[in-house]
Amino acid sequence: MRLDIVIAGVGGQGTVLASRVLAQTALDAGFPARTSEMIGMAQREGSVQSHVRIGTEFGPVIGSGAADILLGFEPAEAQRSGNLLKNGGMLLVNSHPIHPVTVALGSSAYPLAEIRAYLDRLPARVTWVDGFELALASGNFKTLNAVMLGVLASSGALPFGRDAVLRVLLEMLPERVRAVNERAFALGCQVVKEG
Amino acid sequence: MGKKLLMGNEAIARGAVEAGLNLATAYPGTPSSEIIGTLAEWSGDFDYYVEWSVNEKVAMEVAGGAAYAGGRALVAMKQVGLNVASDPLMSLAYIGVQGALVVVVADDPGPHSSQTEQDTRVFAKFAKLPVFDPSSPEEALAMTKAAFELSHRYQLPVLLRPTTRVCHATSGIEFGPRIPNVPEGFVKDPKWVIFPRLSYQQHQLLEETRLRLEREFSDGPWNPLTPGDRIGIVAGGVSYLYAREAVARLGLNPTMLKVGTPHPLPTAKLEQFLSRVDRVFVLEELDPVLEEGIIALAGQVGFKGPIYGKRSGHFPWAGEYSADRIQSVLARTLELAPAAPEPGAQDVPPELPVRPPVLCAGCPHRASFYAVKRGSRGSNAIYTGDIGCYTLGNAPPLSMVDTCLCMGAGLTVGQGLLRMEPGRPVFAFIGDSTFFHTGIPGILNAVYNQHPIKLVLLDNSTTAMTGHQPHPGMGRTACGGAVPQVDPVAVLRACGVEWLEVLDPLDLPATEAAVRRALEYPGVVALVLKSPCVATFKATRRYRIDSAACSNCGRCLRELGCPAFYREEKPQIGPSCYGCGLCSQICPKGAIGEVGRS
Repeated sequence: MRLDIVIAGVGGQGTVLASRVLAQTALDAGFPARTSEMIGMAQREGSVQSHVRIGTEFGPVIGSGAADILLGFEPAEAQRSGNLLKNGGMLLVNSHPIHPVTVALGSSAYPLAEIRAYLDRLPARVTWVDGFELALASGNFKTLNAVMLGVLASSGALPFGRDAVLRVLLEMLPERVRAVNERAFALGCQVVKEG
Repeated sequence: MGKKLLMGNEAIARGAVEAGLNLATAYPGTPSSEIIGTLAEWSGDFDYYVEWSVNEKVAMEVAGGAAYAGGRALVAMKQVGLNVASDPLMSLAYIGVQGALVVVVADDPGPHSSQTEQDTRVFAKFAKLPVFDPSSPEEALAMTKAAFELSHRYQLPVLLRPTTRVCHATSGIEFGPRIPNVPEGFVKDPKWVIFPRLSYQQHQLLEETRLRLEREFSDGPWNPLTPGDRIGIVAGGVSYLYAREAVARLGLNPTMLKVGTPHPLPTAKLEQFLSRVDRVFVLEELDPVLEEGIIALAGQVGFKGPIYGKRSGHFPWAGEYSADRIQSVLARTLELAPAAPEPGAQDVPPELPVRPPVLCAGCPHRASFYAVKRGSRGSNAIYTGDIGCYTLGNAPPLSMVDTCLCMGAGLTVGQGLLRMEPGRPVFAFIGDSTFFHTGIPGILNAVYNQHPIKLVLLDNSTTAMTGHQPHPGMGRTACGGAVPQVDPVAVLRACGVEWLEVLDPLDLPATEAAVRRALEYPGVVALVLKSPCVATFKATRRYRIDSAACSNCGRCLRELGCPAFYREEKPQIGPSCYGCGLCSQICPKGAIGEVGRS
């Protein structure tokens, strides 16, 4: 069993936690797992990418065109990591854009419609999710990562069930935010019927 | 007990614990910071001492002292931190230790968050000290334990050089038992005093040790040779895992030598390797340390085959390697079909917005930069920056960092600039942690040599960029103990700064007025702009724009660069607003007001 997952997003969205949850769940299920991510400068609203490799004996970084799943926390960031997704892979993407400061300043454009159209043309199974709305509905916009984990855990693509993912997620979170994240995860689960 | 997912840095901490660690020190620096953070977190469970030292030189010397007394000591830093600590390290190599001293220096190929791509293996060679180069978190744990054992046995500092893809990668880790070390105590001996005569003797001893280590490493487990066909691959660090993935994808069966101890090189093992192959690929990130060693050895043993690496132009000298990159060079050089995976995306993608890292929503540094910018408008001032979150003040629209060199240099580079253009004001920004790190000598120099620098101390009461490590200004230690708080204002006064004001930068008019006063003053001045980092407290309010009152002038968007703002018909403030209120102070229509947090 080998599964390579890339999580793409913006610093502050919780990609690191999401990658840790997936890797620890894989370890608990008896698979070797590795992750790699950038911590530091890129945390501050910059582009971030986490790699999760389940069942690998190699390094922690997923190569070009090799990811089975791309979990996009943000449309432009999903496109930025699109080259990693394999032909016939799966793309789960939050449709809510985060405009970088460069857009507000007018030095960059954010062509959302074109990005959406481009991602839809990828030779992959593409699922759009309004994860931001679901996160707000759960009670805190910062639970987007829990929403997206719920979506992925229900997709049938993982070698373990969604309850296992939820259990590890809750273990990794501080007590006070567990309830809101559990709600967010459940809302994510409703997007896709468990396969 | 199953495997626990640990980061490479946490695995290094665990390795130190299992090796019987007695003391650990560090100054934070990405990608090394989590080593000491983790040891501090675990300090309640084990009997060892941990501290955040004020800088890397201090950290190295404290750890060295503990190792003089028979302790097992670890000191951690990033690659540029080793420059600060190089003075004690070079001498410690000569003096040696009684217990063990493991120097962990995290390198940052890429670089992802560093000023340089310097290679610590070269430093190890320069210092004549052994260095371990792990390829994964699991191996980082094993090598940390081995480094303690080797250091204790040879009474010599030993380096461990993980890179970002080891430090910040995670893997399933199994814990082993802790074998405690009881320090025997310091024994007085002339060998602890570094006189020239002793240095000469020790230099000879170091060279003898190098030869002994070469043999030990050739026979030991850290440089495994995997026999295959006549294609040879030598790889160090994470490049070894990339190489294995690349050859698996290409269906090759090369003879592989993994070099885990790049200095001293396991020469006998390398000779054995060269006798089995007729060409060699050398895979290593940053400097050609293995490659140059192999080229020299090939000359000595008469190896005639080609050696493909950086010197041959086959691999890049700068930046990270990857399985993809290695695969394509192997395929091209061996004239194989590339066997690269089909690219997923076929058509031309739309151009994406640039998304650089920026100061957080509500960050008080934004207010500080903005106030100094406004207060010094028309003065032709130069703004020297330093290392920390506030280096991000270089980005538009603030554009308030004209220079950034290394820790503490903003202040001192500024002094040199002043001497060349005496009339031109220089504002030097420095954070509170950096102030304690290497800022203070720069202040002393300004006061003593009468360089009329305008220091702006951005005091957010934490070491924010590396993950909120405490420092002397915070009144608590690495493990949370309460200690006397060192007041930077008192330090500045004691250094002889005559003109000093403390302000909250979120009070824009008051800060701007102080900046104008500072411009008027002819001597050394310090503005201490104090407001806590937004990551250290919970927001209780946020701001919103009254669309009816907003004239859509766009000033809030254009001048502050706050990531909480976005534009629809008119500017809007999103939920990431932290309630600093800076925007409400610059809105000409008074359209931005406070609301409670939902």
